Amino acid sequence: MKITTALDSTSLTTRYPKTALATTLFFMLALPFLLYLVLLLMLPFNRPEALDAVAQRLGWDLGHSPLRDTWYAVILLVEATIVSLYTAVFAGVTTWVERRIAGRMQSRIGPNRPGVFGFMSWVADAVKMLFKEDLIPAEADHLLFRAAPYFSMVGLTLPFVVLPFGESVVVADLNVGVFYLTATSAFVVVGILVSGWASNSKWALFGAVRGAAQVVSYEIPAGIAIMVPVMMAGTLSMQGIIRAQGGWPWQWFACQNPAAFVAFFIAVTASLAEGNRTPFDLPEAESELVAGYHAEYSGFRIALFLMVEWANMWIMGALAVTLFLGGWQIPGVSVEMINQTRGTDVFPTLVWFGWQFASLMVFAIKTWLLVILFIWLRWTLPRVRVDQMMSLCWKYLVPGAFACFIFTLFWVMVPASVHLVSGVVLSVVVALLLVKFALRTRKNIAQVKGASVDLSNW
Amino acid sequence: MAETVVRRILGRMSPSDEEIVINFGPQHPSTHGVIDFVTQTNGEIIRRSIPDIGYLHRGLEKIGEAVGYPGYMPFTDRIDYLAAMLANEGYAIAVERLLRIEIPPRAKYLRAIAGELCRISNHWVAVGTMASDIGASTPLTHALREREAINDLLEELCGARLTFNYARIGGVAFDAPEGWAEKILRYLDHLDSYVQEYDRLISLNQIYVKRLAKVAVISREKAIAYGLCGPNLRGSGISWDTRRDLAYGAYPEFQFDVPVGQGKMGAVGDCWDRYAVRVLEMLESSKIVRQALAKLPEGEIMAKVARKPKPEAGEAMGRVESARGEMCYYVVSDGTENAYRVRVRTGSFMAMGIIEEMSHGLMIADLIALIASLDVVAPEIDR
Amino acid sequence: MNAQEIHAKLKAQFGDAVGDLTEARIDPFVTVKSDKIVEICQFAKAEAGLEFDYCEDVTGIDWPARNQIEVVYHLFSLQQRHHIVLKVEADRSQPSVPSVEGVWKAANWLEREIYDMLGVSFVGHPDMRRILLPDDWVGHPLRKDYQEAGGYHGVSNTRPDPLVRLGGKVEAERKAIAAAAPPPVAAAPVPAAAAVPAPAPAPAPDKKESPNG
Repeated sequence: MKITTALDSTSLTTRYPKTALATTLFFMLALPFLLYLVLLLMLPFNRPEALDAVAQRLGWDLGHSPLRDTWYAVILLVEATIVSLYTAVFAGVTTWVERRIAGRMQSRIGPNRPGVFGFMSWVADAVKMLFKEDLIPAEADHLLFRAAPYFSMVGLTLPFVVLPFGESVVVADLNVGVFYLTATSAFVVVGILVSGWASNSKWALFGAVRGAAQVVSYEIPAGIAIMVPVMMAGTLSMQGIIRAQGGWPWQWFACQNPAAFVAFFIAVTASLAEGNRTPFDLPEAESELVAGYHAEYSGFRIALFLMVEWANMWIMGALAVTLFLGGWQIPGVSVEMINQTRGTDVFPTLVWFGWQFASLMVFAIKTWLLVILFIWLRWTLPRVRVDQMMSLCWKYLVPGAFACFIFTLFWVMVPASVHLVSGVVLSVVVALLLVKFALRTRKNIAQVKGASVDLSNW
Repeated sequence: MAETVVRRILGRMSPSDEEIVINFGPQHPSTHGVIDFVTQTNGEIIRRSIPDIGYLHRGLEKIGEAVGYPGYMPFTDRIDYLAAMLANEGYAIAVERLLRIEIPPRAKYLRAIAGELCRISNHWVAVGTMASDIGASTPLTHALREREAINDLLEELCGARLTFNYARIGGVAFDAPEGWAEKILRYLDHLDSYVQEYDRLISLNQIYVKRLAKVAVISREKAIAYGLCGPNLRGSGISWDTRRDLAYGAYPEFQFDVPVGQGKMGAVGDCWDRYAVRVLEMLESSKIVRQALAKLPEGEIMAKVARKPKPEAGEAMGRVESARGEMCYYVVSDGTENAYRVRVRTGSFMAMGIIEEMSHGLMIADLIALIASLDVVAPEIDR
Repeated sequence: MNAQEIHAKLKAQFGDAVGDLTEARIDPFVTVKSDKIVEICQFAKAEAGLEFDYCEDVTGIDWPARNQIEVVYHLFSLQQRHHIVLKVEADRSQPSVPSVEGVWKAANWLEREIYDMLGVSFVGHPDMRRILLPDDWVGHPLRKDYQEAGGYHGVSNTRPDPLVRLGGKVEAERKAIAAAAPPPVAAAPVPAAAAVPAPAPAPAPDKKESPNG
């Protein structure tokens, strides 16, 4: 390996291509795969009875010794760490995806220097932020200033506990999962308010107050819209709601009920607002408030805030996928089929693990598609104004969500065949809309005679 | 310095307990330069917003008395660096009137072509940054990409991308290079169709329209009373364009429309009207450039002017329709080789005067929209 | 209307307060008495046929030789499409002119700038304070006898001339580099085919002694 001095301005990727490729592939594929694998291996053994059975199989007899609780606690701690790691890795990878997509949409390249295709830019950014100066304004409230990012982080990581990654791949399948998720994800606003206040800056305060108003307002339509699939499934448990759906699009709740179709859009819009994503990014409106509530933060603290914003997208997407788009259900494969392959042993069969992995992939792909939709919206749409955002919530989304709720009250009483018919009809409608959209995009591109511009100077 | 000024301004404000006074700027992504707006707000609603300028004051009018007539041309670039060709032209016209010389027709056409290309370039920046201030960052990069093509064209012409120093007293400095006209025409073909895509992307976007329609409506009477000019005046429905109505240079030979605000999205003179006038002006400039290229006469590009011209003692006013409005150069000569007084009246300076008046009752986001729609640049205001 | 007709109308209304229209060198102007400027401007704005609704510019010129500061008003009519230039002469030691801000709001900021740059105070202006320079600036820069105060809040506005300071040192360094460089390789042993590039090395040693030295 040729050693060159730091004054060489060729990018590291060009100088050490094999190392760059290897590091990129590790971070891009191996690391998430490892995380998923560990989740897969650990999560089916989440419950105390299963842990006992494993311990017996391995030859340890824990009985009712106090070691059993410690053993259980350790397992849970490891699982929590893995899931938090996943949050961080996802946040980082999403920044790369967003910057590349944003770059292409803005007629430029996006990051392309660190790592192959610039994939290591998020690692580089994370390391850079760790090394930055830890700055606290002199007049700021030191304790609250330091504590604020952690409030937001709590609001970010707690919901991951109930997110159903796969058929049995969930940290804790609470039977009030949806309720728990809405409750804990609202904790982020505490961090926003505290950071805005503690910064002792009028700009930060503006952003914080706007943010608080926004998140709190949009909890209402989000909550009511979420009640629609809950009623259709009859349970608040996330896994229960997914099991009530099926793999094919006409078995998804979004298609099975016209009101749920509308509620899907209301829930997605409200989620965007709660996650401070454009068009609802008023609390951190860069061109008005210059970063709003986290204006005075730098270094690792702001990295935490930004991580919260990006990883929140996964929660937004996962919630919508779970409730409306069929979750991890694989088309054509029913839950009974998967259970049949489990076998009677303590350790499930490899085939079962394979099906788990497949369901994990289905869930991940669906959530990623929604995340990319959110990124697309961010870089296309301008920002709404505060009063417009409020009127959208209270005058349009809340009555709309109520209407969907009441419609669903009656819808759940009709026979299942009507649900199926509605499912098929709505699936066909959505498919046609997608085709129309694709054709329209093609026409738009063809209309612009831009392909013949001489940009050879560039 | 800032403390004394802000204290004097605060003396004029008397915020109650619920109102706060914040500074928009001087460092701020959306104030279009180094300008400070001391704003007294009650929550999101502004009670009044007083602009505090002078951060970019470089004494350009005093410099005009020291460097001689030809020597002042590069300084006119810095008065408005986004549309420098037009700023050059204005000063050249004023001094040519003082010297009582007529410039060759080819020079007039070249000035018109360069000036209109500069206008397109400036309007791209204006509409792009306006979209970015409203929150959409993609239109900005697209607009700057379009502007890059014009930067390249003008670089071929005179070697510079921003501060051109192209006009000279008596004509222009460089002739059009080989193949330049074809490149311009190819770009204009692209421009005419690309503006439609840009409109689909942002101008007609409902969120964007709702942010700008009926916001900060400047009525006809107010626009005239406050001395607005250019797209700001036309956005309020007044059809006045120095190119068409005072007919200087080569402009009498061209056919073009003058877009005027019509209140398409709500009210005549709102922010969307001023924005729309700029977008349409780009298309009109494209028409002018095509006509100029088709009719470009052969001949000299410079009239015979002394190296250090000494005009007769007197005064003259040179007016151009700059990208930001009518730019007037009032040059007073005392018969020596340095000017006695150079005065530059710019459109941005006049536009700033109306902001305090319009700011009552606006929301913060609307103030940003107003500043962006007036297309102010700090160097023009402060000189 | 052209300048003569406008001047005739003004003269008819205000008599002695309105001076003569100068000859066109290059733009003609009318000097008016400063105590009547507000009435004249109101008349110019309101009178049918004149209708000067647009205040294009209000600026000032310092004439220390005549001991006067001229305030120049460029007026324009959007309806009638005509211009006129009015001038008011103010005494240089105590320049004071009535403000026309009540006639055209545009004059508000324009008169503030004249106050800032030339020291003319406008009677009746609602907000007479500096606009471009800080409030505690000393002096009025556009006056011909303006002297800088030598600094502002501890920031000096002079610096030693860099060429004077570095001058000899830079030249000596360059001469040393040129002397230490190895002599250029002679062009003699090059084959005939490469004869064309032979003249190229010759100008190189000249460039080492920089023309800017």
